[in-house]
Amino acid sequence: MNPLNQVEGRAIPLGLKNCDTDVIIPAHWLKTVSREGLGKGAFETLRTDPDNLFDSAEFQGSPILIGGDNFGCGSSREHAAWAIGDLGIRVVIAPSYSDIFSGNAVKNGILPLVLPQEAVDRLMEVAQTDPISVDLEAQTVTTPFQDRFRFEIDPFRKMCLLGGLDEISITEQSDAAIAAHEEKISSNQPWMIPAAQ
Amino acid sequence: MTKARTLYEKIWDAHVVEQRPDGTCLIFIDRHLVHEVTSPQAFAGLRAAGRKVRRPDLTLAVPDHNVPTTARRDAAGNKLPITDAESAAQLAALAKNAPDFGIRYIEETALEQGIVHVVGPEQGFSLPGATIVCGDSHTACHGGIGALAFGIGTSEVEHVLATQTLLLQPAKTMEVRVEGEVGPAVSAKDIILHITGVIGAAGGTGHVIEYTGSAIRSLSIEGRLTISNMAIEGGARAGLIAPDDVTFAYLKDRPYAPKGDDWDAAVAYWKSLATDAGATYDKTVIINAADIAPSVTWGTSPEDVVPITGMVPDPASFADPSKQIAAAKSLEYMGLTPGTKLSDVEVQNIFIGSCTNSRIEDMRAAAAILKGRKKADNVKWAIVVPGSGLVKAQAEAEGLDKIFIDAGLEWREPGCSACLAMNPDKVPAGERCASTSNRNFVGRQGPGARTHLVSPAMAAAAAVTGKLTDVRELMA
Repeated sequence: MNPLNQVEGRAIPLGLKNCDTDVIIPAHWLKTVSREGLGKGAFETLRTDPDNLFDSAEFQGSPILIGGDNFGCGSSREHAAWAIGDLGIRVVIAPSYSDIFSGNAVKNGILPLVLPQEAVDRLMEVAQTDPISVDLEAQTVTTPFQDRFRFEIDPFRKMCLLGGLDEISITEQSDAAIAAHEEKISSNQPWMIPAAQ
Repeated sequence: MTKARTLYEKIWDAHVVEQRPDGTCLIFIDRHLVHEVTSPQAFAGLRAAGRKVRRPDLTLAVPDHNVPTTARRDAAGNKLPITDAESAAQLAALAKNAPDFGIRYIEETALEQGIVHVVGPEQGFSLPGATIVCGDSHTACHGGIGALAFGIGTSEVEHVLATQTLLLQPAKTMEVRVEGEVGPAVSAKDIILHITGVIGAAGGTGHVIEYTGSAIRSLSIEGRLTISNMAIEGGARAGLIAPDDVTFAYLKDRPYAPKGDDWDAAVAYWKSLATDAGATYDKTVIINAADIAPSVTWGTSPEDVVPITGMVPDPASFADPSKQIAAAKSLEYMGLTPGTKLSDVEVQNIFIGSCTNSRIEDMRAAAAILKGRKKADNVKWAIVVPGSGLVKAQAEAEGLDKIFIDAGLEWREPGCSACLAMNPDKVPAGERCASTSNRNFVGRQGPGARTHLVSPAMAAAAAVTGKLTDVRELMA
């Protein structure tokens, strides 16, 4: 996973409330056995409009996306994070996310950045004409107009994003604790192991 | 004396392997359900890293999203090929990955095959008090038997396969209490649609919802699974309903459920899982069951719910400006104008199925309305997709298949089908579908498809009249 710290560039001012993962990547794109190439299908229904933001000369390849409340709700498909990442987006800014989407984003090196609605509204305005800067280490979003918004992030997520860390390797260091838990179940609750067929 | 705890806190506490200084916990996962769509990249990741599946015995794989719902064997009993090459490749990947990694696998032609969330409880693989995950957001469903169950992304699928754990932050708790008795023809689906309308699509974000109250307690397991299934539509990653005698009776003697003395020990433990008197939730919403009518959605978010006796709302009637914009967009997509009575809206398609409503009770509820009736001529496509081969067999033993076929509906093989249109079952662009599924998102049932979420009885009523219909009018 690519480490992420500072990201600067134009931000796609999407702003849509309850933008669900079926909108981010429709189900027919899920028939893949790979993580790659899903940018083609990202926001497909919105991109049938020839004047859509994603394919405009101004916003194509932008590293930041601004969404609305409850961004990424619905299906757990990680394809949504893969598709957004494949578009070149490293940061999403929204007032709130679905729990599953924000987790998927982090695991793919994408920062699901939370700011209050007023701050998001202001960034939507700036994004029409100017770039936005995100600094994960400092936990700030800034604009060329002296706007400076501080955001909060879970320290573990921050560490994973900054270091581009693989969570499985981290968990494998807890092997003995996992084994101890398994042993406890086997002796105290043997019925938790599915009956043999 | 120990602190009074909610059901969620009891299950969480019993599964903490390790707690990190920042509050993140390594949580043990008791059951992992795997299907063909969200797992190939996880298995590829394991292979690339040279990792094994830590607990294949706690893992069960079953294909459901992609499988066609047409016949899977020819008259001679030979397996029929899957014509969609991409679907075939995903199904083949699961059929190879499961045995390669030593995982139990139910193949698509097996009697036990079905939608993963129907199969888990039906096989007794899902148990109360267990942590259950699957790469599918409707894993929340298994909360209906008192399991802490939630959907995960593919990276988490890989993480669980490799370590049998997940790194999680504890959720907040939310109680949705539904008290009283529901009126005639008001089903579990109507209750959860109503709840979603009340709390909103993000009302449960960051929370696990426990459904309580007399209206929930009086539901069958099928109904409780329907309720918990759609916890995610209210933003909650998991739903919970405390296990009770109804739960135990449902699970007893199921194939993977504990047997003999183990069963008695399990029941004794499960009885301890109710929320303690004096335990507090972070949030409580109280709903009067008598306020719930047969319900239907008008828009493209599952929070867009009205009683069937209601009208399409005016976007200007919403206080939140962003909801006004979203509602206007929804109405444009849905081809509806404010003030239209829902019962005047014609439908061309009917879908009875999905992990929300494809269990035997759902089949019975739809058949009770369709018995001796015919679908309307303007309904072009109407399919009934049972949730598993076992549901299908039970329905056929009760003669329900004949009722559906006589009414002009198609009786199909089990799978996810037109709920998300990954297989050939799709609603044509611009047409409407009265659907018993869980999501009315833009393009969910096919590009341009317009979905109205309803209960099985309401879908059956719509099939008969050709428009959204108050099922109570057909129950005289």
